[in-house]
Amino acid sequence: MTLRIAVCVKYVPDATGDRRFADDTTTDREGVDGLLSELDEYGVEQALRIAEASGDAEVTVLTVGPDDAKDALRKALSMGADKAVHVNDDDIHGSDVIATSAIVAKALEQVGFDLVVCGMASTDGTMGVLPALLAERLGVPQATLLSEVGVEGTTVKGRRDGDAASEQVEAQLPAVVSVTDQSGEARYPSFKGIMAAKKKPVQSLDLDDLGIDADAVGLAGAWTKVETVTARPPRSKGTIVTDEGEGGKQLAAFLAEQKFI
Amino acid sequence: MTQDFDLFRLSEEHEMLRESVRSLAEAKIAPFAAEVDEQGRFPQEALDALQGNDLHAVHVPEEYGGAGADALATVLVIEEVARVCASSSLIPAVNKLGSLPVQLSGSEELKAKYLGALARGEGMFSYCLSEPEAGSDAAGMKTRAVRDGDFWVLNGVKRWITNAGVSEYYTVMAVTDPELRSRGISAFVVEKADEGVSFGAPEKKLGIKGSPTREVYFDNVRIPADRMIGAEGTGFATAMKTLDHTRVTIAAQAIGIAQGALDYAKGYVKERKQFGKAIAEFQGVQFMLADMAMKLEAARQLTYAAAAKSQRTDGDLTFFGAAAKCFASDVAMEITTDAVQLLGGYGYTRDYPVERMMRDAKITQIYEGTNQVQRIVMARNLP
Repeated sequence: MTLRIAVCVKYVPDATGDRRFADDTTTDREGVDGLLSELDEYGVEQALRIAEASGDAEVTVLTVGPDDAKDALRKALSMGADKAVHVNDDDIHGSDVIATSAIVAKALEQVGFDLVVCGMASTDGTMGVLPALLAERLGVPQATLLSEVGVEGTTVKGRRDGDAASEQVEAQLPAVVSVTDQSGEARYPSFKGIMAAKKKPVQSLDLDDLGIDADAVGLAGAWTKVETVTARPPRSKGTIVTDEGEGGKQLAAFLAEQKFI
Repeated sequence: MTQDFDLFRLSEEHEMLRESVRSLAEAKIAPFAAEVDEQGRFPQEALDALQGNDLHAVHVPEEYGGAGADALATVLVIEEVARVCASSSLIPAVNKLGSLPVQLSGSEELKAKYLGALARGEGMFSYCLSEPEAGSDAAGMKTRAVRDGDFWVLNGVKRWITNAGVSEYYTVMAVTDPELRSRGISAFVVEKADEGVSFGAPEKKLGIKGSPTREVYFDNVRIPADRMIGAEGTGFATAMKTLDHTRVTIAAQAIGIAQGALDYAKGYVKERKQFGKAIAEFQGVQFMLADMAMKLEAARQLTYAAAAKSQRTDGDLTFFGAAAKCFASDVAMEITTDAVQLLGGYGYTRDYPVERMMRDAKITQIYEGTNQVQRIVMARNLP
């Protein structure tokens, strides 16, 4: 039986670019280049490694996003994924993570999966809760934040590293896992991979295809509402302590004042 | 105006390749560039990274197990590696230079064996044409190959061999009939492991210090007759045909080095404050940057056009290859020198990368034919 692996990926604004918000307080996609979230590259990499180890697996990469999100899919395909699913609908604009998880879950059910692999968080929203929400909606076990992952038969096994201890976790398939940036460096698309990606199938789905009511998602359907956004103030100039014999004491006083000591 | 006008821009795949190589180069090659230069050591990290991602010899056709990249894609790989480390860019560049004679003129058996081994990462390929007394006048070479039954026996010295000692395979041009001068030269594949092959001390160079340049000695090197590339007496023609294509890769190297220097200088002038403002706000500095960017872009366009001609083997490739190499390398020398100027005293120190780029740029005006020779080639092949 072919192991069906689905990787959920996000198209995010380039973190090195000048990121802004649009008038409706959603991410401004016009002013900045987008790309495959760096943390999702780890998900794609682990999915590919599991597929290579299994010998009989198919990796589908899935995203929810605007037209340009196809670039993120293309990157994942050029890394080696077999096919892609692009959920794209104007009514999705402004969805929060609750709505996004509902859309992704429906799409996953439609595509079919044995294992869902996610990154640990997106590099823009950085919430990191989507994998758990997905597992709940799909009614399957979750093993999140793994720094090592593999599939043996119908069991997914992995290691979750905490501050004090490492846990070995496992779950029966079908299951949802998320992997950290410690799970293993993502590969760079090779020339062959890039050329092959052009010919790989990309399926487009909209809300109708998934049987989702437009009112349940998007800005209107969001459980949270963003009232205002403010850019982080630029770094202010630090305090310079000149050591004239009393430098140590002055430094300690400063740290105490800032409640560091 | 339409967005879907596809002339004078790279395809989406080429842009993706550039992006992929750039991120690989910045993460895996750039961190070692200064150290590789300082210590004059081979950039093993770059070789590992390029081989690990199948970018070390992308030009090898798919039928021989390679990536099958076109000449423009090969140029992009070299350019992006050169942008962070010129020494490392000699890995993909010289792999093409060394193996192209086999690809252009070799027998099927030779291609399958050596192009396959190159693509699989079993060894790099170097090109042996120059000799101590035969540089620009390459046909004046003295290395001899003498037939002995089913073997050829090689004797002689080749000089300025890039990646010598590190490469496993060598395309060697040798005289098989001294009477016929250039028509009496044949090409052979020699392996590092062949008995009688040895190497001179590494040259102490101004730049590209991470790429070993050594003499290669052939002392009664006995190789099977089927290691001859193409027919007897066609070696010089193959060598020249090869250079038509690979001069474009030197141009790629030059624009990569220049881009690295321009990028660094561009960042620096915004940070460096004098007279109460960033020096980027002074018009004198702006004019310099504008000229640098303008010249670089002109060189890039010529290089990409030449790469397309290389891929199609157009009739005017000889002119374009020489023109791209000559123009891009002259421009790279100017741009890297100006980058050092923009950084002032800092640019002159080894704490900043632009002096390395300036030293590295110089070789692109010299190897694969000096720019004076390029002008001779161009004059003889005017469009």
